[in-house]
Amino acid sequence: MEDTLLLIATMASATLRVATPLVLAALAGLFAERSGIVDIGLEGKMLGAAFAAAATAAVTGSAWLGLLAALAASTALSLIHGFASITHHGNQVVSGMALNIMVAGLCPVLANAWFRQSGQTPMLAQQARFGPIELPFAQAVAKVPVLGPLYAQVISGHNILVYAAAVAVPLVAFVVYRTSFGLRLRAVGENPEAVDTAGVSVSRLRYRALILAGLLCGVAGAYLSTAHNAGFIRDMTAGKGYLALAALIFGKWKPVPTLLACLLFAFADAVQIRLQGVPVPGIGAIPVQLIQALPYVLTVLLLAGFVGKSVAPKASGIPYLKER
Amino acid sequence: MTAALALDSAIAPPQGGRWAIEAIGIDKWFGPVHANRDVTLRVAKGSIHGIVGENGAGKSTLMNILYGYHRADRGEILIDGKAADIHRPSDALALGVGMVHQHFMLVEPFTILENVLLGAEGGTLLAEGRDKARAELERLGRDYGLEVDPDALVEDLPVGIQQRVEILKALYRGAETLILDEPTGVLTPQEADRLFQFLRVLRDQGKTVILITHKLREIMDVTDRVTVMRRGAVVADLPTQNTSKEELAELMVGRKVKLGGDKARAAPGAVVLEVEDLHVNDEQGKPRVRGVTFNVRAGEIVGIAGVSGNGQTELLEALGGIRPAASGRIRLKGNEVGTRRPGLTARILRRLGLGHVPEDRHRMGLVAGFAAYENAILGHQDEAQYHRGWLLDRARMVDYCGEWMKGYDVRPDNPLLEALSFSGGNQQKLVVAREMEHAPDLLLVGQPTRGVDIGAIEFIHKRLIAMRDAGKAVLVVSVELDEIMALSDRILVMFDGRIIGEVSPETATERQLGLMMAGIAEAA
Repeated sequence: MEDTLLLIATMASATLRVATPLVLAALAGLFAERSGIVDIGLEGKMLGAAFAAAATAAVTGSAWLGLLAALAASTALSLIHGFASITHHGNQVVSGMALNIMVAGLCPVLANAWFRQSGQTPMLAQQARFGPIELPFAQAVAKVPVLGPLYAQVISGHNILVYAAAVAVPLVAFVVYRTSFGLRLRAVGENPEAVDTAGVSVSRLRYRALILAGLLCGVAGAYLSTAHNAGFIRDMTAGKGYLALAALIFGKWKPVPTLLACLLFAFADAVQIRLQGVPVPGIGAIPVQLIQALPYVLTVLLLAGFVGKSVAPKASGIPYLKER
Repeated sequence: MTAALALDSAIAPPQGGRWAIEAIGIDKWFGPVHANRDVTLRVAKGSIHGIVGENGAGKSTLMNILYGYHRADRGEILIDGKAADIHRPSDALALGVGMVHQHFMLVEPFTILENVLLGAEGGTLLAEGRDKARAELERLGRDYGLEVDPDALVEDLPVGIQQRVEILKALYRGAETLILDEPTGVLTPQEADRLFQFLRVLRDQGKTVILITHKLREIMDVTDRVTVMRRGAVVADLPTQNTSKEELAELMVGRKVKLGGDKARAAPGAVVLEVEDLHVNDEQGKPRVRGVTFNVRAGEIVGIAGVSGNGQTELLEALGGIRPAASGRIRLKGNEVGTRRPGLTARILRRLGLGHVPEDRHRMGLVAGFAAYENAILGHQDEAQYHRGWLLDRARMVDYCGEWMKGYDVRPDNPLLEALSFSGGNQQKLVVAREMEHAPDLLLVGQPTRGVDIGAIEFIHKRLIAMRDAGKAVLVVSVELDEIMALSDRILVMFDGRIIGEVSPETATERQLGLMMAGIAEAA
């Protein structure tokens, strides 16, 4: 009983930690795609932000300055994407992919140049990272059966960015569904002409959406290098941007279903870590590579079959050009 | 009355009234195209003002300039007598000019209320403006007879109601002048009548309406004054009561036009096409054609009437072999052409003597980037006549195409030009030439004159009737009732995937057809 509870608590806690960057990146994608801009560049923005955060934190010793740098870097990348795809009507997938490739190459090069460590930043000291926060009464209620350990071990003890991601979901839902900006955002991804003829600038709306996407990816990147890990390593996003995009599609471009999709993917990841090296009765130990592929196999399966009809914002991916 | 005189008489405002809108000396270029040439338009306050012209005459461009969607290269706009500086749609809206576009500017997954709120939310939070908008919608509904359910999703609404939402959007923003661009293209005749009634109510309450259309009947029905445009310029401005359909048509085209040319009685022969209990689904598997049975004989034109979206497109595609049928039988000249083998069927059908002018010429009729001569043989490229050995015989293709272009009055008659550099009417004539010149026994024609100017309409209609007289079977699908009435020897009306009745064009009235198209009445 005690063991099972502990296992559940560990798994749940791991799920939350893995889900955090996914949730933040997926919400970033939500802003972009709801505005009609396909954002395959989530991966690159996160990676760039992770590098900026780690490099700044390594130099200044402050995780907060690192976060600020991450926000700036990621937003800048987002604006490049916007410049290519909004101002110049470029192909959004090509522009996003170009960012991903550029960032993947640029960060290790800069790391080499600045820190003389092959493709990574120096290990961060504990005070240059976002450390765990103990929520009030965690110790006090830990003795309460079931709920106590749940609160103390699953809810409490994460770093601030995990909580930020948790707050971001209802916040994004509020902005998207309850504000004028949200109404326009949803409209511009469906029918930009309707927005334009209603007297609202399509370009400005889309730029604003991309800036929001940049900020959220910035937090996700900072989380990876200064909270979840202690420094930047080459390709540390490892496809999380694409996974977030998949979660967004699985979640039908809606905040709460997207959160659930992220949690599912994160849980699959927590399971695969747990299963590594554990012998399965009758089969023996499964090769690690196979187990590591689990979340991705799940992604493919879900997107291929079990999602049902997932209708993207209608104008997503189409540059807005006035007709003659 | 001549056009020049008419222009002079338009300089003084109407008795005691004022001008709602004056556009003076407007010029607009799109690259090398001079879309508006020194256009001057004056619209009296509290009137319904029609603007007619063929496709590409510059009507829409002029309206887009008034509405702030485009900017004029030169010229001046006065609203209520004051010079207006309109840079974007919001400027026009602020000055009380609202536009109802031909393609609705609605967000389909939104409710009516959300669509009305968009761009005029009245606060950072939606809740702030929502209740006010709801009350205002109710008031507008009462005052103008435009009741709607504000919480209905736009995508679930019939087009007539969607159009109503567009009008409400403009009125909600305080529009004093309402511009409607081809508003009846998607409506049944009854819906169109309701719209016109409503426009008269608006006028009587002091609002100004500008109606852009290419349907002369509508101009005669509802407008007080009409401006005729041709090739980017205004050629006449007349009080509607002093003119006639014939005169307007002549002014639009610049020469005498014979509307609805006459034809001899049909002499139907053997059955060429037999369709039996045909069912066709769309891409989503939704049934669109739901049990259709009819036949077409040699030497007759059968017209299929209906409001767009009632299964005509899918029916035509199934008959053309482009879309597999779900069940039922299709027989062409006695051959079972069946419902299987999708992909192969279009080719087999062509060999059996099928010609097909598809509804959507841009998507299916032509390859825009191909030269005219290549387009002229598409679908027949395997035939020996276009080959020398196993290579295509380019010189011969160009020769044939040049001949057809002369015969079908395609301008410019240069086979080497890319298809996209021709106007809509000339593209259509090229498609028609290709399909007719390969000597089909059955010709399927979808929307023969969509986006085609009057001159070309006249020509295409003559050709179709000549084809019939040569003993061929012709099936025409069109949403233009006038066209169906003018061409058909028998009219089938489609509604909701079924043929709701058959009528003869000699005895059918427009009203009867309209009711059938709306699914209300069956054939008498």
